[in-house]
Amino acid sequence: MSAITNPIARTTAAWSLPNRGKVGMACLIFAESAIFTIFVVAYLFYAGKSLAGPTPREVLETPIFFTICLLSSSLTIHLASRSLERGKRGAFLGLWFLTIVLGGLFMYGTAHEWHRLIYEHGLTISTNLFGTTYYSLVGLHAFHVTAGLLMLSIVLLLGLAGRVGREQSVRVDVLSMYWHFVDAVWVVVFTVVYVLGR
Amino acid sequence: MSSDAMAIQTAEAADRPWLETLHEWVTTVDHKRLGILYVLYALFFLVVAGIEATIIRIQLMRPHNDFVSPQVFNRMFTMHGTTMIFFVVMPVLFGFANYLVPLVIGARDMAFPRLNAFSFWLTAFGGILLYFSFVGGFGLYGAGNAPDTGWWAYAPLTSRAFSPGHSTDYWTIALLVSGFGSIGTSINIIATILCMRCPGMKLSRMPLLAWLYLTMAGLVILSISPLTAAQMMLSIDRYLGAHFFDTQAGGSAALWMHFFWIFGHPEVYVLVIPAFAFVSEIIPVFSRKPIFGYPVMVGATLCIGFVSMSVWAHHMYTIGMSSYSNSFFVFTTMVIAVPTGIKIFNWLGTMWGGKIRFETPMLFCIGFLFQFLIAGLTGIMLGAAPFNWQLSGSYFVIAHFHYVIVGGILFALFAAFYYWFPKVTGRMLNDSLGKLHFWLFLIGFHMTFDVMHIPGILGMPRRIYTYESGRGWDTLNLIITIGTFIQGIAVLVFVANLIFSYFKGPRAGNDPWDAWTLEWSINSPPPEYNFASIPTVASRRPLWDLKHPEDPDSRYD
Repeated sequence: MSAITNPIARTTAAWSLPNRGKVGMACLIFAESAIFTIFVVAYLFYAGKSLAGPTPREVLETPIFFTICLLSSSLTIHLASRSLERGKRGAFLGLWFLTIVLGGLFMYGTAHEWHRLIYEHGLTISTNLFGTTYYSLVGLHAFHVTAGLLMLSIVLLLGLAGRVGREQSVRVDVLSMYWHFVDAVWVVVFTVVYVLGR
Repeated sequence: MSSDAMAIQTAEAADRPWLETLHEWVTTVDHKRLGILYVLYALFFLVVAGIEATIIRIQLMRPHNDFVSPQVFNRMFTMHGTTMIFFVVMPVLFGFANYLVPLVIGARDMAFPRLNAFSFWLTAFGGILLYFSFVGGFGLYGAGNAPDTGWWAYAPLTSRAFSPGHSTDYWTIALLVSGFGSIGTSINIIATILCMRCPGMKLSRMPLLAWLYLTMAGLVILSISPLTAAQMMLSIDRYLGAHFFDTQAGGSAALWMHFFWIFGHPEVYVLVIPAFAFVSEIIPVFSRKPIFGYPVMVGATLCIGFVSMSVWAHHMYTIGMSSYSNSFFVFTTMVIAVPTGIKIFNWLGTMWGGKIRFETPMLFCIGFLFQFLIAGLTGIMLGAAPFNWQLSGSYFVIAHFHYVIVGGILFALFAAFYYWFPKVTGRMLNDSLGKLHFWLFLIGFHMTFDVMHIPGILGMPRRIYTYESGRGWDTLNLIITIGTFIQGIAVLVFVANLIFSYFKGPRAGNDPWDAWTLEWSINSPPPEYNFASIPTVASRRPLWDLKHPEDPDSRYD
């Protein structure tokens, strides 16, 4: 009674549907993009409208090295997941670790920059509109990098314990989608904060 | 065979200690149980927010009434709006999505069952946080308890200077937390619909319910996220002393309005699209005809979803935007009437020439059709900037959006309750009580919300706690309040019907309405695994094919 089989037209063609992990992650990325969009709009809307200093032109330094670190981590994570697909677990672990190191370097860069802005220039989130929008936009991104690093580290630990094999490569791909998204957001944040906003 | 299995199950359930049953419900990841939890949670808050509405209406029943203080009045309308939108209509719609989407597409569960449970508990926690503000909102200042800034919480009213204490923070965090829950559920709905369909269930063969929920979930993702971002900014302002909405430091109050309504207007469509989904499933079954113009219905839905992202500032004509902005938002608002009109014509086209059965679900659907049409017409009036300048912030606006939410969405929801209750519980809802509920609610609704347009046109502003007599508002307000009580009685009849029929209603069987979608092919209530073997479908109406092998839909597919 519960099974529906149609006597007339049987579906014989292979029935394939998209991977739910990838669809779910794509949806999460859309949601996150909408959140970032609002913060970016706020940054651009308030650019140059601070009533008091310091201004971005006075205090910001373009973090070229750390940007290169973060962007190249996209490449290493891509190569890592390709290696896993081909069953090369050693190469996977090495490249995965390199990704974490590059992400960690980027976070060091952000921390260093914030330390400099706070202690040398006295710019905090409550100083002026620039501080408000800068710390919240860059901080929101840094939060996403941190979350990504935590997830990458869990996979690294599982990998070192020998639990990550070829059969997990789709799941690893889902996580690398997130990491690519974090990198892509940085391109936008970089453009807005360090190029357009100055 | 199946009834034996059911009898054994119930016997087992009865023998179990209640603590074990409770534990099972709290830790469940089954989409049906989570769906029921969502709906029960929403029904509880429906009663709470209904009581708040009643308090508002008693206060406004006659001029110079002092039933509640102005402060309490502000809290009541804020909590009423916030609760109804975020903790009644959203959860009840997610509850129906949880319960129905896997069943209509022939799946055994949602794509991510644990995310599903997590999202429900986030939403539940959000509601508790909001109401905890009555206790915890005093803060160190002893000022204010429940949030009283209105449900859209315009800046600078939410700043520390004007909202001391913690009430606004509870409001913010409640919406933030339940927003994460909504985003989680929406991701789940999209992944379920795209990745879990049974063999043969092509996108073009999905029931409209699945298509509409797909659109709704997409809209939630794109509209709740801006609200989440805005709430983060508000929290940063209040806790870290930032200046996003602080005009003293160059911040902009209008920016909050934009961010809020970028969420706020698509939210209306988030709420109404599932109502369209219920109506699109129920009207064909009770007209004994397939839905008229399926591809156009899908197209119109997607079109509504798309255009609804660009109409938000029609809530803001009175803040003084440029004439170009005004014209743009008037235009997009008018454009959205076109796909909505297409839908109304298609429902009428489905009924046209059909063999209509006037049972309770169908009565509510017909009520929906006419009331939603009127709500759309007043919407067009308010969408025109010059007219809006005259009536913005008046009771005309209140009447308009309650016409949408009560006359449209709530009527469709009641129809859905009467239609799917037999599937969920295995028992029919009592038909006489159902008809009594319908007629009482219809009379109460029109007494309240038809009349409410008039004091609006006469100049009665929204959110006032009392008014002078002799302005021609007195009798009208009394009629509105009486209508509220009739609606309240109707809802009590409905709740009584739910409880009575759950225990005493006649057995429903698998397919009481002679319907055509997959959920009616399995037992009522469905077993935990839904489908013993995953079905294969060959048309939009798999049960029609099964019942009419001599003339199946799949022949024309």
